[in-house]
Amino acid sequence: MKKDKTIANPSRRRFLVVGAAASGALVVGWRTATAQQALPYLGARIEPAALGVFVRIEKNGDIIIGARGCEIGQGVKTSLPMLIAEELDVDWNRVRVEQLPYGYIDTDKGPGHKYGDQGAGGSTSIPTAWKDLRQAGATARWLLLVAASAKLNLPAGQLHAESGNVIAPDGTKLSYGELIDAASKLDPPTEPRTLKKPEEFKVIGKPTPTVDSRAIVTGQTQYGIDAYLAETSIAVVARSPWIDGEIASLDDTEARKVPGVKDIVRIAGPKPGDVFDAALADGVAVLATSTWAALKGREKLKIEWKPGPFAEESTDALRRQADDLLKPANADKAVGIRRDGDVDKARKAARKTIEARYTVPFLAHATMEPPAALIHVEKDKVLLVASLQDPDGASEVINAVTGVPRAKIEIRMTRAGGGFGRRLKNDYIAEAALIAKQTDKPVKLLWTRDDDIRHDFYRPFCVFQMAASLDRKNEIAAWSARCAATPRNHRDKGMKERPLWNGTLAPDDFPAGLVPNFDLSLLSLESGQPRGWWRAPVSNATAFAVQSFIDEIAVALKQDPLALRLKLLGEPRELPYKGHGGPVFDTGRMAAVLNAAAERISWKRKPDKDRGLGIAGHFTFGGYAAHALEVSAIDGNVVVHRAVCAIDVGHVVNPLGLEAQAIGGTIDGLSTALNLGITLKDGKVQQSNFGDYPLLRMGQAPVDVEVIVIDSGKEPSGAGEMALPSALPALTNAIYAATQVRIRELPIGDQLRKIL
Amino acid sequence: MQTTPTHPAKPPAAPTTVKTDDEKAVAVRINGRTYSFDGDDTMPLLWYLRDVLRLTGTKFGCGIGACGACTVLVDGKAQRACLTPMKALAKREVTTIEGLANGELHPLQQAWVEIDVPQCGYCQAGQIIAAADLLKRTPNPNDDDIGKISNLCRCGTYPRIRKAIKRAAEITRERAAHEGGKS
Repeated sequence: MKKDKTIANPSRRRFLVVGAAASGALVVGWRTATAQQALPYLGARIEPAALGVFVRIEKNGDIIIGARGCEIGQGVKTSLPMLIAEELDVDWNRVRVEQLPYGYIDTDKGPGHKYGDQGAGGSTSIPTAWKDLRQAGATARWLLLVAASAKLNLPAGQLHAESGNVIAPDGTKLSYGELIDAASKLDPPTEPRTLKKPEEFKVIGKPTPTVDSRAIVTGQTQYGIDAYLAETSIAVVARSPWIDGEIASLDDTEARKVPGVKDIVRIAGPKPGDVFDAALADGVAVLATSTWAALKGREKLKIEWKPGPFAEESTDALRRQADDLLKPANADKAVGIRRDGDVDKARKAARKTIEARYTVPFLAHATMEPPAALIHVEKDKVLLVASLQDPDGASEVINAVTGVPRAKIEIRMTRAGGGFGRRLKNDYIAEAALIAKQTDKPVKLLWTRDDDIRHDFYRPFCVFQMAASLDRKNEIAAWSARCAATPRNHRDKGMKERPLWNGTLAPDDFPAGLVPNFDLSLLSLESGQPRGWWRAPVSNATAFAVQSFIDEIAVALKQDPLALRLKLLGEPRELPYKGHGGPVFDTGRMAAVLNAAAERISWKRKPDKDRGLGIAGHFTFGGYAAHALEVSAIDGNVVVHRAVCAIDVGHVVNPLGLEAQAIGGTIDGLSTALNLGITLKDGKVQQSNFGDYPLLRMGQAPVDVEVIVIDSGKEPSGAGEMALPSALPALTNAIYAATQVRIRELPIGDQLRKIL
Repeated sequence: MQTTPTHPAKPPAAPTTVKTDDEKAVAVRINGRTYSFDGDDTMPLLWYLRDVLRLTGTKFGCGIGACGACTVLVDGKAQRACLTPMKALAKREVTTIEGLANGELHPLQQAWVEIDVPQCGYCQAGQIIAAADLLKRTPNPNDDDIGKISNLCRCGTYPRIRKAIKRAAEITRERAAHEGGKS
């Protein structure tokens, strides 16, 4: 997904100027050792000087590189500094990485960002940094070269940088540590520096372990939920179980008697129908000296809720709504997204039309670290320490709730216990601010797992009605997909200007442009349920429908499912792709990952009795992935015997990190397909914790995921989301091959156990 | 930019090695130190570790013992801290992730770093503690043994967890051989 940025990033030119100015600003003040330990973040010790905002070099030659991104497990705290280190020409083992805070600055043109884009969404961190952070590294190197040039009285062009040294033609070596004082006083270059060619890379492309791994395995890493300040109250909230519900009455007498409970305050959610820009729901917050006291206090609250307009909503009713909307009589209610040729005419002329309906449920994010935030709201300043994906949005929302100017809102991002899109919504930050502005002490808001599962922004519920018309040569003459969904574009200020289908469907997704007559449309379901971005948005639903349906067509045509996909993709070529991940979709790169996955699993063989092979591929946000799985489902118990994921995300920055994302995305996809779904009854979410929202456990997951990386050498796409979408249909396609049972609704749950 | 701390961020002094005659107080040993706890003894160990001692390596994930993010060793056995009330800990020995390393990294910690297991990392302390329990009972675990670890990982690091547990078993043997060689 492409997230709206209401604030423009500084241009490269301004970025460099700002960087130079800010290197001075960084030198303000010292942090005590205690404070640093409790709230670690960069910007503290500054002697010796900094080169721009991302690089600091110590006299002993140690290099400190600031990590600007939100680390949610996708690896940017390692991979983004690698890009800087590459162009800076330093040995990675001399580099120490420190997390940067959110870098808001007021500029004469409005809000600015000292460190560029710091959000984590849409797998954009690497493609963005590929340009600006490499340039930041090259700029720092240039400053060191110029400083050496003055010192040696030689033209800079005769010098070269290598492993933290500047080297002269006669072999004279000056370490960066010796040059840093002079270099830090220089003006930055006025023109962008020339970047390295891929064949010159020494850091990029090397398997590089997670920078925090030692701290993680010893329990030293601080996540948002781990932050405390002196006199912090722990807060938990009783929220309206219904969207747009309100507090009818509150009796907190018993709650206030619980030892440790300090205060009880109300917070307001959006008014009915308002955008979900701040807190998600009306609620009552219990503030206490410990989490345990806060939880006990919350149990003792007596609240009557006014249920609001969505108290009747249910998944069953949504299903009926979808059935009705998908009837031909309601065809005029469809919002057309892409139309090529004439599907109706082709259908009439066709030898045969195949139809199938696929359903995917609402999904919760269930990040292992539930939403939490430590915040201190004072009259003229705010401090926030939290696990975030969108610090810019957090700053906006705090400003909106407290009125404190954004330049006075200090935001420190910690490592986050997962993101998956959940933290692109800053409702929990708004809640924390709403509570904290009612007290002068710091507040740590904590969501329990129940809070999290029941008050999420869910992946949309979608029902896809697919039809393919086959001509006399058994070619696909027409393809139509009508999707009845609770559109993602719903009560979201950032999406107001966009078409309704944005965030739910993508006009140029496979097989658009590959069949002569094509029709994609959306039918909108009425629902109050909040919707949000969930790992690989759009693709996480559409890949299941499209890649399952291709398989059904192959079965109907008695063709090999891989061969049919390759035939449709045709000659390697670039097709225009307007959505996020474009501007092109390369059929050759898609075919290459499909072929690689098929080859690894020995696609052409006949698997053992009771086993089946399944394949699927999908293009997500500029990256290409395919899965080939070998499964059995004896008595309905699905076992994934082998899982292969082939992936092409262009230039690989960190192969170890990419492999991790491919393994994780695959398992996330399998977990989701097998067991995960959120349902509604009487307007309320029916699930509440890992008992009824059962993530896959180790014993149920494949022992290994075999990852094949195809380095196409193209511009990098990022890697956090690509390996999920095709895992789901590859699994259900393999189940079909093993059992002849076609799964058309997710999750699989006990569907197979009932049949087999 | 303001870089001077605006707030004192020092955790409260931990009540270390307190001897008490208070009959209601629970004396519990955590990572080799004795603490005296005289609060609400139904409070789960998880919140004592986190809110009071600021040992935040033990994580909150579900509160119902389902995810294992809060796994600690109690008398050497893996246990969910979110379901263990303080009153059940009198004279028990608790080891958290912060207390697992003994001078050098525990073989599991070393293997976790070598194999680069963590993605977000949030569940990993619990995974390592659960694996420590497993290795104690089964020094050479096979895939079925490892598959019995029920801790959840939302990032899907399971394949690398498996590799790291096998590697840790190797490191343990290597260290033992090295120790044997020295004596």
